[in-house]
Amino acid sequence: MTDGHSKEAGRTRTDGTYTSYERLAGPLDDPAGEAGYDGQHPPRMGFFTDTSVCIGCKACEVACKEWNGVPGDVLDMTGMSYDNTTELGANSWRHVAFIEQTVPIQEDVDILGSLSAANNSGDEAGSPTPASRTPEETAGTRGSDLGMPGVGPPVTPGAQGALQDDREVRWLMSSDVCKHCTHAACLDVCPTGSLFRTEYGTVVVQEDICNGCGYCIPACPYGVIDQRPDDGRAFKCTLCYDRMGDGLEPACAKACPTNSIQYGPLDELRERAAERVEKLQERGITEARLYGHEPTDGVGGDGAFFLLLDEPEVYGLPPDPVVTTRDLPSMWRYAGAAAVGTMAAVAAAFVGGRR
Amino acid sequence: MNEQHSGGEARRNRRSRDKQAVVPEAEFDSYYGRPVIKPPVWKVPDVPAYLYLGGTAGVSSLMGEFAALTGRPRLRRVGRLAGSVGSLASVGALIHDLGRPERFLNMLRVFKPTSPLSVGTWILSPFSAMASATAVSEVTGLLPTLARISGATAGVLGPAMVTYTAVLLSDTAVPAWHEGYRKLPFVFAGSALTSGAAVAMVAVPTHEAAPARRLAAGGAGLEIAAATLLEKRIGLPGQAYHRGRAGKLMRIARACTVAGGLAAPFAGRSRVLSVLAGLSLTAGAVVTRFGVFEAGMASARDPQYTVVPQRERLAERAAAEG
Repeated sequence: MTDGHSKEAGRTRTDGTYTSYERLAGPLDDPAGEAGYDGQHPPRMGFFTDTSVCIGCKACEVACKEWNGVPGDVLDMTGMSYDNTTELGANSWRHVAFIEQTVPIQEDVDILGSLSAANNSGDEAGSPTPASRTPEETAGTRGSDLGMPGVGPPVTPGAQGALQDDREVRWLMSSDVCKHCTHAACLDVCPTGSLFRTEYGTVVVQEDICNGCGYCIPACPYGVIDQRPDDGRAFKCTLCYDRMGDGLEPACAKACPTNSIQYGPLDELRERAAERVEKLQERGITEARLYGHEPTDGVGGDGAFFLLLDEPEVYGLPPDPVVTTRDLPSMWRYAGAAAVGTMAAVAAAFVGGRR
Repeated sequence: MNEQHSGGEARRNRRSRDKQAVVPEAEFDSYYGRPVIKPPVWKVPDVPAYLYLGGTAGVSSLMGEFAALTGRPRLRRVGRLAGSVGSLASVGALIHDLGRPERFLNMLRVFKPTSPLSVGTWILSPFSAMASATAVSEVTGLLPTLARISGATAGVLGPAMVTYTAVLLSDTAVPAWHEGYRKLPFVFAGSALTSGAAVAMVAVPTHEAAPARRLAAGGAGLEIAAATLLEKRIGLPGQAYHRGRAGKLMRIARACTVAGGLAAPFAGRSRVLSVLAGLSLTAGAVVTRFGVFEAGMASARDPQYTVVPQRERLAERAAAEG
């Protein structure tokens, strides 16, 4: 199943030697090669979104709309913190989530620059959710000045009228995007071949072929792709396929002022992400974790993966997504059994009583 | 638990009042209570109707061919006509959902084994063509030999018509459909057997409809058994089948199917009873499709059905790894 993740291993195996498990859900070294590109195709490209440095400026959302000519939506005030985009969809290919949390007051940890006075008082790998800890446990192990207005440190006890003395508000901000899965359910279920795998290993919709059947929409385990209602066709992030060919980085990454959105060969990004998460852990931010980077997860690893500071579902991400086609062989077996049963039942009804 | 979920609270309270809850209160986080996956954009009644019509047509064609083999001309005629009308109406429903006829043709530009909709289109298209050719011959009396061949082909494709729609729904991230993939084909098979038989019970004289009555009773039993397993054996997403609108539809469907199924064996004596039982079974089969569809929609809209089972899966995996 997993004979190394080296590119060579993948490229030498474009002759149909993958197992059906690898084809449908398992680790796949070279999705572009598996899709039929020859050995000369470029390396797999992707996004690493480091949410620990996202400042929620939404430059990515705007740059994406500008470059790709994505229609604007009517602006609604949702009451969901600073989030008026609400979700990824046909007209939002990047979406910045704002999670407001009330957490115990934290000693300031320098999340961006050099290590500050973050004295980690003990190993807390086993308790990831903030509310489950006492302030004593948490102080000095979490938190960060993320640069947002409002209730930044220093917080003097009692200064925040509505809050309890030992608690403060923190924001988690995260720019979400299409995951460009190694095994993309949207692509697998598309009946027209409108969705295709690019030579960069990414997943793109051909707008002129999409026939609006909408099958890709509930198939996506991340809830990314959606229908443009006035149009009927499905749209999503292309990872700026048109820019990649010219060696440009995607518009969102280009516009990101804090380098929260990083673009590059996926192998490099995975290494960089591993270093980053290790560094944050060392600084006492024990809840830092990577999401979507494992080739052994249910979608064979994501082409766009994330560094998160809380559980995935807090950000609206599924904790353990699985490409829907993983179970397809089994589904057809059950459907086949039911079909044979139907045939047998009708035959029996006629042959049974001779009337 | 963190404290930022605003939508989650109301839902949890509603759940705690639900005395029918099979699974204990689920604790979960979500982003402002918003769904994790996108609910299907398929239209109602187009898609539930498509499911019902396809299933009914599949069984009717098969029944028509067996009737031809066993010398039951009225049953043969009704089976062949229902197979054709049902499948053409089913194509119509699909085209209406897509918006434009050429979009249906677009589906035929490739054959993709990983896409149940592609496979389904390649089942539906030849089936409709064969069933319709057979029906034309049945009505006009022309080319009876060719009609035997086309009828047999439609009959063989019939069972596939009945069950591929279950795979169509299951191969999505919609929890109530995906987790039910082992049960759904049998729900649809049972439902199609009753609805196909019901058409015959309504339209065929009782002395020729004995096989249809047997099928109606058997199909109703299968449908009820499979639907019960679907609700009870797929974990948390099974709740979507007995809550809210979906729950109401599934209960109505069950009542109609049970009534029709119990009446069917006695309907040989009375034409009136036969018609009433047939109508009741038809209602049951139609409403079952709407109920299954609605349960899927509800399970897609509520993030608990996506998040909680996935969390449990992760916890199990972590426990297994030690």
